[in-house]
Amino acid sequence: MLIGRKLGMTRVFEETGEVVSISVIKASPVFVLDKRTEEKDGYNAYVLGFGKKKERRVKKPVLGLTKKAGVDPVEIIREFKTGDLSEFDVGNEIPVSIFKKGDLVDVTGWSKGRGFQGVVKRWGFKGGPASHGSRFHRQPGSAGAGTYPGRVVKGKKFPGRMGNERVTIKNIEVVKIDKEKGLVGLKGAVPGSRGNIILIRRKGNN
Amino acid sequence: MENIKIMGEEYIKDTPDFSPGDLIRVITKEKRGDKTRLHRFEGRVIGKRGSGTGKTFMVRKVTQGIGIEKVFPLYSPIIDSIKILKKGKVRRAKLYYLREREGKAARIKEKK
Repeated sequence: MLIGRKLGMTRVFEETGEVVSISVIKASPVFVLDKRTEEKDGYNAYVLGFGKKKERRVKKPVLGLTKKAGVDPVEIIREFKTGDLSEFDVGNEIPVSIFKKGDLVDVTGWSKGRGFQGVVKRWGFKGGPASHGSRFHRQPGSAGAGTYPGRVVKGKKFPGRMGNERVTIKNIEVVKIDKEKGLVGLKGAVPGSRGNIILIRRKGNN
Repeated sequence: MENIKIMGEEYIKDTPDFSPGDLIRVITKEKRGDKTRLHRFEGRVIGKRGSGTGKTFMVRKVTQGIGIEKVFPLYSPIIDSIKILKKGKVRRAKLYYLREREGKAARIKEKK
């Protein structure tokens, strides 16, 4: 479990000379601020904090939490559900080295907002012919049958706002870990734009 | 925000300072099973592109009347060594015009 910030993408080499595209995530410092326990809260989870912030810029409830844990003020707080609460204690730093090269992780982030999009881009409708006298290009076509059912079925795919939603991508391979700089290199793309907050979990540990 | 390039820093090593028009020799390592073989490729640099770890260069040579072009990633670990044999004097960055020429017309003046 790590919280990080997407820095962007770059490419690295394998020893065999193969080139791998990676997303670089800055995932330190991450601290355990608190724990949620079955007895007290009804579920088991770690409360993690990420980033550094000046003390006077942090809201007081956050400050209270970080003071209690004995760590510097953090920027972002997120909970991670877990079955095993014994791995880390409150106040511990979670290093990026909990992951190693070759591990599979699930990555959560908020996708880039695309604005109001038509059905072709938003839902992958095929659209119509571009030419040969066709007057049907990128329209959604029929929204349903006639008198029966006499309404449009719920969940019908229409144009609308696309993107800017929480997206989880599963089974992303960890390609590189930089302990000193606190960086994680993940194979391929990761949701969102540069500077977005990214959550990294062990595969299947949701 | 920090530069993303920092993650690839370790791959960026010193390489000979060659430029388009130069005649160079690239030695690459190829791993077959447990044996490593060296391959040699000699030709003109006809272009360079990219930045950071993604920097590549293109080498062209003509063998038995057939032009062969290879693109190498500059910082690839399979590159053993790069040697500049001759510096060439050219006036553009991409020497794609060499593809339409052969023999004497494809000559490049040497830089002193």
